[in-house]
Amino acid sequence: MKDKKEATQLQTQELLAMYRDMVRIREFEEACPSLYSQGKMGGFLHLYSGQEAVGVGVAHAIHKDDYMIAAYREHGLILAKGTPPGPVMAELFGKATGVSRGKGGSMHMFDPELRFMGGYGIVGGHLPLAVGMGYAIQYQQKDEVVVCLFGDGATNQGVFHEAMNLAALYQVPVVFVCENNMYGIGTAVGRASAVEQLYKKSCAYETPGVKVDGMDVLKVYEEVRQAVHRARAGEGPTYIEALTYRFRGHSISDPGTYRSEQEKKLWKERDPIPNFGRWLVAEGKASEDELKKIDAEEKQLIEEAIRFAEESPDPGPEELWTDVYVQS
Amino acid sequence: MPLITCRDAINQALREEMERDPNVLIMGEDVALYEGSFKVTKGLLAKFGEKRVIDTPISEAGFTGMGCGAAMVGLRPIVELMTVNFGILALDQIMNNVAVIRYMFGGKVKVPLTIRSPGGAGNQLGAQHSHSIEAMLMHCPGLRVVVPSVPADAKGLLKSAIRSDDPVFFVEHEGLYGVKGEVPEGEYTIPLGVADVKRAGKDVTLICLSKMVYVCLDAAEKLAEEGIDAEVLDLRGLNPLDVPAIVDSVTKTGRALTVEECWLTGGWGGEIAAVIMEHAFDALAAPVLRVASADVPMPYNKALEQAAIPDVGRVMARVREVMKY
Repeated sequence: MKDKKEATQLQTQELLAMYRDMVRIREFEEACPSLYSQGKMGGFLHLYSGQEAVGVGVAHAIHKDDYMIAAYREHGLILAKGTPPGPVMAELFGKATGVSRGKGGSMHMFDPELRFMGGYGIVGGHLPLAVGMGYAIQYQQKDEVVVCLFGDGATNQGVFHEAMNLAALYQVPVVFVCENNMYGIGTAVGRASAVEQLYKKSCAYETPGVKVDGMDVLKVYEEVRQAVHRARAGEGPTYIEALTYRFRGHSISDPGTYRSEQEKKLWKERDPIPNFGRWLVAEGKASEDELKKIDAEEKQLIEEAIRFAEESPDPGPEELWTDVYVQS
Repeated sequence: MPLITCRDAINQALREEMERDPNVLIMGEDVALYEGSFKVTKGLLAKFGEKRVIDTPISEAGFTGMGCGAAMVGLRPIVELMTVNFGILALDQIMNNVAVIRYMFGGKVKVPLTIRSPGGAGNQLGAQHSHSIEAMLMHCPGLRVVVPSVPADAKGLLKSAIRSDDPVFFVEHEGLYGVKGEVPEGEYTIPLGVADVKRAGKDVTLICLSKMVYVCLDAAEKLAEEGIDAEVLDLRGLNPLDVPAIVDSVTKTGRALTVEECWLTGGWGGEIAAVIMEHAFDALAAPVLRVASADVPMPYNKALEQAAIPDVGRVMARVREVMKY
């Protein structure tokens, strides 16, 4: 409970912001399936519902100038970093106003102003990028860190080990956060990884590895806060395994039949949002009405985001050829 | 002008660019203490220190991606892939990250990364150390591909590559490091995407790059004795491709032969032949012919290896063929 105690020292305002961010992500993600089935979005759609405590815990533990980089289940992460939902929704609609101007889509959200350095579709492929960003920070002697998020599946890629080794070798300010939602598409961790306790994989690189309850935003916050502190102090990378669960399938086309109803029910009971809400009320940080007000406001915000996306223009045909090169 | 090797010309380019811009740094296997497996990075560690001349572990995908990430947040890294054969391990990073990131993120980021790598065949190194993959790289939008032949070009082009805001793959032929040529003193750059006529001629255009430039120049001299005046057009790179230079030359000569060390099937020669048909068909007096490496994994045996790679004799034979029309 030590962690929780430290976290409770957070200002009420910050705690409510965490709650609000989680609600925003949930509202955003849960609006997507019907929009998808209406044909307003294309491609893959990997939803973040259930994992909100991880992204929000991370985002609140770092500064605005710190970097986040993620895999393909990243709508929630870019929202957590602070990008307004309108441009994120517009990206899903493939619109010119989207965060990647309609060229990235669900898997490739990007917002350099808020230092969200992208979502990437090749499992594990973005981990070395995070190391490079960390190297650049260190080289330029800046007081910044990179948080690199990825799924459990990435830890079985060769490049995961290359990145962990490089990060530890050069002691770069990178925090690796594995969002272990226990399934790589439909394959359970235990059927894919010889080491089921994924945080233990960092021991090969003499990098601190810790496991945290990824359904508890304050625990994630506290663990990341400590890791970021170490990174900023020049003590190198940390590897955090956040145990979490995705409430939906791998992607929109996945009914998730490989998971038992009982398992899903158990995890649903651990839903990070109502649980955190109850804690806020119990601790006297907020009243139920206040939380309901936040819920309503965020629902409204997402409705506005959808309207913004719907009303936004498609990229013009000339956009096919722009941005392939800086110098044409 | 001083006569120096390709190796030294590249070294000069690296040194000058690192002196000019503190954001330029170099990383790769054995580039620092060992000074490069081909000694291209000689003296750089001593001058610039280990933060800027970085020995990496044998992790091609890892450090290529690292270069890409560093480039995305403001540095201008140069990644050396010890040989392009090893670089194939980094193709995921090159094709899924380096080349596409700018476009995929709607132009909101640039990746000013230079990847340098020795490539090519010719030293009996067998099938896993003799790749010429320029054609594969050319196939990939978002990535510039530069392939110099002479020391002066290597220096001027590499400086432009390092200064380019786009990612550049710079292929150095292993067999050319020791070749000497005149290199202008002091600062100069050569723009990317400008081909160079290495020998002017009026009867046939030999379109080539890298080591094949020397094969074509030799062939051209011998063909001159037969009364055939060949122009040798050194592309110096494949992206940007200097289409106007190709069209100008073929319009003048009416005949073209592509000479490359890549495999014939899917090689860049086929692409150039198509470009010529699309842009200079009326000027053609003969079909465009191709000379390329045999479609086989490179054999170890010296005679077989020589038979696989284009040589002066094969180029001459194909030129005689194209002259028959």
